[in-house]
Amino acid sequence: MTLSRRRDNGCLVKIVVTVKQVPDPNSATILESDYTIARDREVVLDPGDECGIEEGLQLKEAHGGEVILVSMGPERAKDAIRKGLSMGADRGVLITDVQLAGADALLTARALAAAIKPEQPDLVICGTESYDGSTGMVPPMLAELLGLPQLTIAKKVEVDGSNIKVHRQTADGYQVVEASTPALITVTAGIAEPRYASLKGIMAARSKEIKQLGLADLGVERGDPGETIEGVADAEARKAGAIIQDDGTAVDRILQVLTQAKVV
Amino acid sequence: MAKVWVYAEMSGGKLQSTALELMAKARELGDVDAIALGAGARAAAATLGKHGAKAVHVNEDTAFDDFIAEPAADALAALQDQQQPDLILFAFTPDSRDVAGRLAARLGKGLISNSGDVHAKDGGFVATVPYFGGAKVASMRANGKPAIVLVRPKSFEASETGGTAEVKDLAVTIGDGSKRAKIVERVAEASEKVKLEDAKVVISGGRGMGGPDNFPLLEALATALGGAVGASRAVVDAGWVPYSMQVGQTGKSVRPGVYIAVGISGAMQHTVGMKASKVIIAINKDAEAPIMKMADLGVVGDALKIVPALTAAVQAKKK
Repeated sequence: MTLSRRRDNGCLVKIVVTVKQVPDPNSATILESDYTIARDREVVLDPGDECGIEEGLQLKEAHGGEVILVSMGPERAKDAIRKGLSMGADRGVLITDVQLAGADALLTARALAAAIKPEQPDLVICGTESYDGSTGMVPPMLAELLGLPQLTIAKKVEVDGSNIKVHRQTADGYQVVEASTPALITVTAGIAEPRYASLKGIMAARSKEIKQLGLADLGVERGDPGETIEGVADAEARKAGAIIQDDGTAVDRILQVLTQAKVV
Repeated sequence: MAKVWVYAEMSGGKLQSTALELMAKARELGDVDAIALGAGARAAAATLGKHGAKAVHVNEDTAFDDFIAEPAADALAALQDQQQPDLILFAFTPDSRDVAGRLAARLGKGLISNSGDVHAKDGGFVATVPYFGGAKVASMRANGKPAIVLVRPKSFEASETGGTAEVKDLAVTIGDGSKRAKIVERVAEASEKVKLEDAKVVISGGRGMGGPDNFPLLEALATALGGAVGASRAVVDAGWVPYSMQVGQTGKSVRPGVYIAVGISGAMQHTVGMKASKVIIAINKDAEAPIMKMADLGVVGDALKIVPALTAAVQAKKK
């Protein structure tokens, strides 16, 4: 089945995937000893977004069309877009502007919406939440600003004509949620195993377009932030207790603790 | 007094426990109105009253149960126009997140997400959020009115104060334009086991478990202790176990009597969701793992040997 709307450029479906460059979740050091973020820390394409790109590519392969990656970040975030392009996405858009440093969720959503709107996508795919921020507020804000329905936390997606159906993860199972496209979905990391970029894909990505846009290009004003950091304090730390090597007595020690806690 | 709202999340006709947790904090901050939408809202109003709500705005339109976020955002936006609350509290749960994000964008207001506490300060509201991956706590001031704050479940303890809420009908028409993302089926996959959030003992597994085939070892220990099994984000993302088992910032927050972390290094993403546990036991090959620094008892050893031995010892002791 194919999406019903045929476009001028011959694409059957236009899919936008939002992507973000984040500190590498697998790199050991998150913080310097003074609690600042390590400047030279490796940055990567958010692993959750890789799954979103993969889902977009699979839909494209099944239904035809175009996959466009839209990101916001410093110039080096082009690397994250380039990685997605090497997986097979068609082109990228990077929103970058010094005024966007420290942007909150609403400003981020505004900038993304302004960049995505002219594309008139049939489908917008976002990760459920980013690896670094993990607040998950940008996708519903983006859906509202784009005037799209939101089908969130999808672990499975089916497209049939202009109908989209997802399995939305819940605490005790899932819901089947349906809508007509255009729509925005957020996907879990379990939705699709991201492919590795082939050498051919990496070569092809070099010549793919990454359009760079600033706030002025988008007609978005920074405005006053919705929230301001008043102070930062150490998180309440638990004191370390005993650390023992298992020399055969560990089970007894654990049992003691369980008994003291009255659970056995 | 500040006008404080609690978005009382309903699911399957039932008031969610997070709503009552929010009530406990909200009533410290001002006069509280709760908003309950969908099946069971009217019945929920009585409970919300007992927990300190002065008024509960209800609407039992089936659209609230059948469609994601948009009908609820419509209702809240309409009521917000009339009532101009100072603060709206949401639970940091999937359903409430969908609604809160949509509402904030419509009102053009910022929001503070993943908060652990809220307090009044200088005529406004300040909420704490994990910062730098949870090593720090930032105090964030909400600049807009209403301030919108999403609070992690289990941050506050629900308690009754006694009282009766005035039940008010929330008049709103949900147009077809908001009936778009439709829930057509609900599928339950969970078994009849102890719920993770309510368990007195939680045993969680991480990468150190070696693979999904070893998780039954944790199940056996959980059964022996009458507890539930959780997991780190790493193994959920790897597809070893379902998301419903994930403990942490983007999973469930738990505070059991005893938390046993098996093969979990203790990334902030995980510890944010379990560090309020009364007693923490960690079993890990690596003595330097961050989890060891917060455990009451850290055992350096082979989890695949220790866990079955512990299960047998617990079973023997029960006899």
